[in-house]
Order: sequence, then structure tokens, then C-alpha cells
Amino acid sequence: MSNIIEVTNITKSFKDGDRVTEVLKGVSFSVPKGQFVAIMGRSGAGKSTFLYQLGLLDHPTSGELMLDGVDILKLKSEERTRFRLERLGYVFQDYALLPDLTAIENVVLPLLMQNVPDDIAYEKSKQALMRVGLEKRMYSLSNKLSGGEQQRVSIARSIAHDPKILFADEPTANLDSESSENVISIFKELHKQGQTIVMVTHEADYGKITDRTVLLADGVIIEDTINAHS
Amino acid sequence: MTFEQYLQTSLSALKRNRSRTGLTILGIVIGIAAIILIMSLGKGAQKLILSQVQGLGTKSVVVVPGRQLEGPPSTVGLESLKKRDLEELSKPYNVPHAAHVIPLIFGNDITEYESENFRAQIYGSSDQMPVIFDADPVEGMFFSQDDVVGSANVVVIGSKVNTELFPNGGGLGSRIKIKDKSFKVVGILPSKGASSLINFDDGVIIPYTAAQNYLFGTKHFDRILVDVDTEANIDITIEDVKQTLRMTHDIDDPTKDDFSIVNQKDLADRVGVITTALTYFLAAVAAISLLVGGIGIMNIMLVSVTERTREIGLRKAVGATTKNILLQFLFESVVLTLLGGIIGIILGTTASFVASVVIGRLASFEWTFIFPIGGAVLGIVVSTIIGLIFGVYPARQAARKSPIEALRYE
Ligand SMILES: Nc1ncnc2c1ncn2[C@@H]1O[C@H](COP(=O)(O)OP(=O)(O)OP(=O)(O)O)[C@@H](O)[C@H]1O
Ligand SMILES: [Mg+2]
Repeated sequence: MSNIIEVTNITKSFKDGDRVTEVLKGVSFSVPKGQFVAIMGRSGAGKSTFLYQLGLLDHPTSGELMLDGVDILKLKSEERTRFRLERLGYVFQDYALLPDLTAIENVVLPLLMQNVPDDIAYEKSKQALMRVGLEKRMYSLSNKLSGGEQQRVSIARSIAHDPKILFADEPTANLDSESSENVISIFKELHKQGQTIVMVTHEADYGKITDRTVLLADGVIIEDTINAHS
Repeated sequence: MTFEQYLQTSLSALKRNRSRTGLTILGIVIGIAAIILIMSLGKGAQKLILSQVQGLGTKSVVVVPGRQLEGPPSTVGLESLKKRDLEELSKPYNVPHAAHVIPLIFGNDITEYESENFRAQIYGSSDQMPVIFDADPVEGMFFSQDDVVGSANVVVIGSKVNTELFPNGGGLGSRIKIKDKSFKVVGILPSKGASSLINFDDGVIIPYTAAQNYLFGTKHFDRILVDVDTEANIDITIEDVKQTLRMTHDIDDPTKDDFSIVNQKDLADRVGVITTALTYFLAAVAAISLLVGGIGIMNIMLVSVTERTREIGLRKAVGATTKNILLQFLFESVVLTLLGGIIGIILGTTASFVASVVIGRLASFEWTFIFPIGGAVLGIVVSTIIGLIFGVYPARQAARKSPIEALRYE
């Protein structure tokens, strides 16, 4: 099977006392290797929740999930964490950097968590920071960087270990147009190099650069289009 | 993560909130300082009591005239102990287990030698006194039984009296004046400090006969000491002493006794009870403040966990395992309590040192400062354990947080 993501009938509900809210109501979805997918939808549609399930930051209530040929829901919690660290990359809307650490320390942290030897981990981190054009700000504290720079550190962190799939949740939502363009061009470049990318976005414009647009509404996929340009 | 990484992360987290860190560990500081004080003062008190008791020995029974130990101080019968009592108590068929029986007369007066003078404690006793009090002169000899029988004008002087009257030495064999009576110095005592009855350093000892005849003009004793052959015979001997004295004083009704008996061992036991009570009290203070301190630590750690929900989530999102987070927070609380423990040890040690100096000044006896190594080790162990116990719950709360929860937390 050549699909790197294979989602079958995933649901996710949250319990709040007696009230149960079903945020994902059975989503099926597959992505072939190398595809750049945009996930769109209104606020509250469940986009972030969906991406958390795919990115293994959360655990679905029911359904099936195959990533890179591995039946994820059969894995133990530590194995899932390991899988996530080794094969997935995640870019958060608000960068999610540790403010007390420098740019390179933020990038190197997940590598060290995987017990990659120090020298290799730092080398990979440097290269990742170069790929996002931040070699000059490597040793700055992350909270001293601009929003666009912080988001690029976050991208560097997500790609330093050459992930099989890159997830991004509204990576440009907090950025001005120039920084946004900068970030998007990085994604375009990564895509060109064969990176599989799933990106949640509000910008209809990004349909021009992605291979495919998936529209979520109220916890289900209501539209799935292959974009004409590719 | 390595030990150093945990330590570094904990320290930087604690540094971020210096004043809160300080307040948080206050309870631990007080608790550990109290432990140190207990151990140090307890040891000091024990040593003091031992040295006091040893001045006389736990085998001694002290006969006190009158009834001043019970009820309001009574002046009746203060002159009840006479030479006849001494003689009767010395007879083996009256008190078979008495090894030595010695009288004591107390007073104080100016002693003079040429232009020097000094107000000294004056003790009248018998030649047996050094046996009971372990008071052998460093120079010369104690006076003899003949001196006692013949009310000789001889004196054994304490070390302070010696240096005051004879700043240039040469005291032995000189004649000093007490109340214008001349006494020949036959012995000089080593420096001894005070025991419970006698202040040797500031004192002069003369035959009790000389004290009665030349200085005080009295016929009674202030104390009679009975040294018992072995500790096991103390109770029998107390009974024997009572019987003998009642016989010589013609007393049928024990409630009319014109004397009382103090047992050194009872005295030591009584002081022991007080120090034990004090120790329990301080131990309770320590325990309570450690408990309160521990709860304080737990409270602050819970606040910290909530405040750092986002940090925890981020760490988890970049691969920190539940175990990493658990250890991280446990580490932090242990670092916190250990810090408190170390400060407590320093504070407690300083306090007990100051206490030893102050006690030594105020009371005239030796109070040795003892650094309580056992207390320090205990302090370290206890504060670590408190950190672990009260850190587990917050650490588990932290570890349980999911990355998602953290990312949604603002
Ligand atoms: N942990 C949770 N507990 C309860 N409800 C939740 C939880 N996470 C998400 N939800 C609810 O699920 C719904 C979808 O949330 P989600 O964050 O996935 O939306 P979204 O599509 O990403 O919106 P936005 O564009 O604003 O980011 C919302 O109504 C939200 O309140
Ligand atoms: Mg969202």
C-alpha cells in the first residue's frame, strides 16, 4: 500500500461530566506519499482535533489509523511516543517553543529525547535551522525572536529528524504577510523535496500551492478536491 | 534525561521564583533546625547532667536537715544534724552499706593573704571528702583525720582562690586569713568547675571542727553525705539512714521527720525527665513544622504544576515521557526540601552554638557545644524523604497532563 496515511472512520468525543461532545464523527481519509494536503473548515469544525489524532498527540475514541504502514492504535503509549518522535513532525499555530531555551536547544530537544548522540543531534539541528534560514539566530533565546522567526524554529524542530509526515496547524495564523510567505515558501520547498505535508489552514489561497484541499465541517469531511495545478 | 539535566531544570525553575522558593522552604528550615537543636542541646544537657552527677556520684545519699523539700520552706529543724548523727550513721550495724559518711558545712567569707583578698565559698568537711568528690589536690595533700579531730587550722584551697590570693604562686605552706583566723594552706585543688553541691574552684575546704569552732560557732551540719557501697543498696541504705536518724532524734512518726533525704540518682532521673520532656516538645515542634512544611511544598508544587501546564505539555509534545515529567517534578521538590534541610542544619547548628555560649555564660557550668553529625545526617535524610512524599502527588498531576491539554491552556 502506497498510502502513508490511512484513516478509517475515526471518532473523537470529549467527556465533560455527563455531557459527551462528539467532535469527530467518523472521518475516513488517506494520503499518498509526498502529497501536500490542506485541511480547511470553520472555526470549531474539528480541524485541530483531527490533526492531533493524526499527529499522535491525542488518542481517538474509535476507528483505525495506519501511519507509514504501522497500525498505530495497537501500539503501547511509549511506542506511540517513540513513533511520533522518530517519524512525525508537528508545527503548532503558536510555535510551542520552550521560552528558556535557545533556538538550537529547542530544535535539539526532541532528538536528545530519542537518545540521538549529542554531536549528531546538534549537527542535524544546525542543518535544519539553516534550511529555514535561521543560522544567524541559532543561539538566541527563543522568546527573544520575532513571531516569524519563532515559527521557523518550530519548523526546524519538526524537520530536523527527517520525518515521514509533517503536520502543521495554522502555521501562519499568527504571522504578518511577509513572515507568512516566508514560512509557506519553506513548506513549498520541503514539498518539492518529497515531504508529505498535512496542513490546517484558513487561507483559501493556499489551494494554489497544495495538491489537495479537504473541507471539514462539524466533525465530518464534506469536500475533498484535488487541486488542478498539480 | 541525565541527572544533571534534571538538576539544571529544577534549579532554573526554582530560581525563577526566588522569594516563593524561600517562603516555601521555611517550614522545612524550621523543622530541620529544631531537629539539630534537639540533638545538640540534648547531647549537651546529657553531658552536663552526667558531669554534675559525677561530681558526687549516683551512689551518694544526701541527708538534708529540716523539711525544706516538701511544702513551703520550713525553718524548723535546720539545725537538726549534729555530731551524734554523724557518729551513729558511721556505725556499720546502723548503716551496713555505707562506705563513707561525711558532714558538710557551708558558708562564705573573705579570705585574705597579705594585700590580696577574695570572697570564697567555705566548706567544712572531713578528711574523707576527696574520696566522694574526687577532689585530690594537685599540690600538697588533703587534711588528715588528726586535723579533723584536733580542729587544726589548715585549709585546702580551690584553683580560683589560689590564683586570686597568690597571683605570683607560692600558696602552698602559706598562711591565709579567714575571719581573722589564720589557716595554713596544705593543699591546692585542680580546676574542676562546679558540681551540684560544691563550687570547688571558688572554695576553700577546712576541717568541719575548725569551721564550727573558729568560724561559725555552730554545732550542726548543713548536709551529711552517705556514700553507698553499690547502687543496688541505695534503697536499703536510705531506710537505714532514716531509722538511725529517727532513733537518735527520738521520732516515732515519720511525718515529723526533721530531715529529708535526697538521692543523687533520683535527682539525675528527675533532670533526665525534664530533658526528655524538652526533647519530646522540640521533636513535636520539629514534626509539626516538617508536616506543615511538607504540605506547603505540596501546595506550591501543585500551583507550579498548574502554572507550568503549558511547559509540561510542550515537553511532552517534544518527547518527554510521563516518567521524565514525574522525575522532573519529584526532583524539583526534593531539591526544594534539601535546600531547606541544608539551611536548617546551618541555622540549627548556629543556634545551638550560640545557645551553648549563652548557657555557659549565664550558668557558671561548662556547656560543651557538640556538632550533631547524627542530626545533620538525619536532617538531610528527613528533608529528602519529605520532598519525595509531598512531591509525589504534584509530580503525578504534572505527569498526567496531556500535550493537548497543555496546548489549549493559555
Ligand atoms: N479537550 C477538549 N474538551 C472539550 N471540547 C473540546 C476539546 N478539544 C476540542 N474541543 C471542542 O471541539 C471542537 C473543535 O475544536 P478544534 O480545536 O478541533 O476546532 P478547530 O477546527 O481547530 O477550530 P479553530 O479554527 O478555531 O482552531 C470545539 O467545539 C472545541 O470546543
Ligand atoms: Mg484549531
